[in-house]
Amino acid sequence: MKIQFLYFDGCPSHEKALNRLKEAMQLEKINSHIEIKEISTQQEAENFSFPGSPTILINDQDIDLVPQNPHFALACRAYKLPDGKISPLPPLELIQNALRK
Amino acid sequence: MTIKIGDKAPNFTLADTNEKSIALKDYSTKSILVVIFSCNHCPYAQAWENRIIAIQDSYKSQGVQILVISSNDAIQYPADNFDEMKKRAQEKNYNFPYLYDESQKVAHSYGAEKTPEVFVFDQSRTLKYHGAIDDNFDDEGSVQIHYLKNALNELVNNSSPTVPTSEPVGCTIKWKN
Repeated sequence: MKIQFLYFDGCPSHEKALNRLKEAMQLEKINSHIEIKEISTQQEAENFSFPGSPTILINDQDIDLVPQNPHFALACRAYKLPDGKISPLPPLELIQNALRK
Repeated sequence: MTIKIGDKAPNFTLADTNEKSIALKDYSTKSILVVIFSCNHCPYAQAWENRIIAIQDSYKSQGVQILVISSNDAIQYPADNFDEMKKRAQEKNYNFPYLYDESQKVAHSYGAEKTPEVFVFDQSRTLKYHGAIDDNFDDEGSVQIHYLKNALNELVNNSSPTVPTSEPVGCTIKWKN
């Protein structure tokens, strides 16, 4: 399984998000290597189609829905929680569901 | 450079989302002024947004006025442009002025770096607290330290905050190139 973790250092949630990804992989008994990539320029954000930090790709698929006209930039990414609230961190269940597909 | 505890509030006049010109001095009758740098797109700002509304609601009767300022570069971050700010203020029924610092001069004058980032001034507009709203962006129910509320509670009781600073947590302000 190909797992990529893209982040922008200007968003403080990336370390917590990476730990959450590792936790999800442990729960799903997945032992794959995580390819970690720091996105540090606007050009890189566009080249990597980076909708914000953190972004997790499983087999090149984003774990969450990407807006139809995404804005690729050095920004923090908003994740919608099951209760409708917004968080800078992807929920554990969202990562687990993506890993199960 | 960020203003320090004990510094006076830098003055400003900015347009709010009702296209009304708002100046710091317009709130001279308010005993406590809270200036928060925030924006639309940042998930940290969104995570704390309802708490800002609730704090304004709770402390209004005690002479506390919150002003929220967005200074982000709307060219690079269109979700933070003035029209989007107007929509956000309406959708969320903001109970405080939401001001557009298009030139970014106000953010520079305060030395703000993050969204959200809080500056609390007393009646003489002296900085008494600077930092975060509380210590948990992700789960309001798990907050251990209510930095802003604690500072306001002490100030309304004529005491200086025992915790005058904390580390703001959030997105970086998006500066113009």
